Amino acid sequence: MCESCGCGQPDENVTFRKPGEKEEHTHSHGGVTHSHIHGDHDHDHNHSESREIVIEQNILQKNDLLAERNRGYFEAKNIFAVNLVSSPGSGKTSLLEKTIRILKDKCTLNIIEGDQQTMLDANRIEKAGAPVIQINTGAGCHLDAGMINKAAKSLEIKDNSILLIENVGNLVCPAMFDLGESKRVVIVSVTEGEDKPIKYPDMFQSSDICVINKTDLLPYVDFDVEKFREYACQVNPDLKFFELSAKTEKGMEQWIRWLQEKD
Amino acid sequence: MHELSIAVNIVEMIEDNAEKEKAHNVDKFEIDVGILSGVVIDALEFALEEAVKNSVCSKAVWKINKIEAKAKCRKCGHVYIVDDYFSPCPKCTGFGKEILQGKEIQLKSITVE
Repeated sequence: MCESCGCGQPDENVTFRKPGEKEEHTHSHGGVTHSHIHGDHDHDHNHSESREIVIEQNILQKNDLLAERNRGYFEAKNIFAVNLVSSPGSGKTSLLEKTIRILKDKCTLNIIEGDQQTMLDANRIEKAGAPVIQINTGAGCHLDAGMINKAAKSLEIKDNSILLIENVGNLVCPAMFDLGESKRVVIVSVTEGEDKPIKYPDMFQSSDICVINKTDLLPYVDFDVEKFREYACQVNPDLKFFELSAKTEKGMEQWIRWLQEKD
Repeated sequence: MHELSIAVNIVEMIEDNAEKEKAHNVDKFEIDVGILSGVVIDALEFALEEAVKNSVCSKAVWKINKIEAKAKCRKCGHVYIVDDYFSPCPKCTGFGKEILQGKEIQLKSITVE
C-alpha cells in the first residue's frame, strides 16, 4: 500500500536499482484510455434504500498483511531483518559502512537502502562490500512492506544471513509502517537534542534498540546522555541502548555482537 | 505528511466495500482514529477533501471519531487514560504500559444506497 506518501505520487515513481544498473522505465499501454467527468449528469435513485454497513477494518491492513508475509519469508530463510530508522544525518549509512567492513568476512550481509532520490548511499554500501539495492521513493517519506517484498526478492538473499534496511531519514512516518522486520533500531546522534524521544515518541515506542551515535563529539556538544536515556525509557522501558561512534569505532563491538547473535 | 496516503487508502477501502455491496453511492462514512495512531485528524480531514474526488464517496459526508487511549500499567495493573506514551501511571508512577486502546485507525462503517 502507500508506496506514495504525502503528495499522492503514483507508485511507478518508486524505483529499485542495484549499483551499475541503468534506470529502467517500463510502461504498458495495453488499453485505450478515455476520460469522463463525474457529476455532469444525474441518476435517479431511491434514498429509502440507504443502509449502514459496519466495516471495522484497519486502514493499514494491506501493509500489515504484506509485512507479515515478509516476516514469514525472513523467518523461513532464517534471515535476521533489521529496520534502521532515524532523522536525516544521524549516521545510518556510516554505521552500515563500518558494520559491513567489520562483518563481511564473518557472515552474509544484504542491504536495502531507502532514500527519496539518488544512488549515493547504495554506491557507498557497494564500495564497503555488501550486495545492495536502492529504493528511491520519489516524494515518499517512508519505506513500506510492498517495497521491501520487491527489493528482498530482487536481492536473492541467502539463507542464514542478515538484512539491514536503511529507511528514509524521517523520525515520524516510518514508525507507522511495519516492514516485516525482526527488529527495529532507532539511531540518534549526539548532535540532536536529548528530548527527541518525547518529541517523537512513536518511533522510540516502536523500536527495540536505540543506537546513540557520534559519541566522539560528546565533549563538544550539550547532549546529556543520561537525560536522553531517561526520556527514551519513559516512552519505552524495554529499549536497549548501544553508545558508539561509527567514525572512531569506539563501542562498535557490542552492536556487532548483537547483530551476530541475532538477538 | 502520511495523512494523504492514509486518506487514499480509506477511499480505496470504501470503494472495495461499496463494490461488494453493489452500491453506486456512498452517502456517509465513519472513521475511528486513536490519539496514539500517529495520524493528525486536521491533516486527515484536509487530505480526505482531495482523496474523495471522483470516487464513489465524492458526495459523502464523513465523521472522524477521536478514540481516547487507555493503558494498563505493567507494574500494578491499573488501567488508566493516557494522552501520550511517556506519562507515568497515576497510581504507582511506573512508566511501563501496555496500550489497550488508542493506536487504531479504522474504517468503522459506510452508509450506501
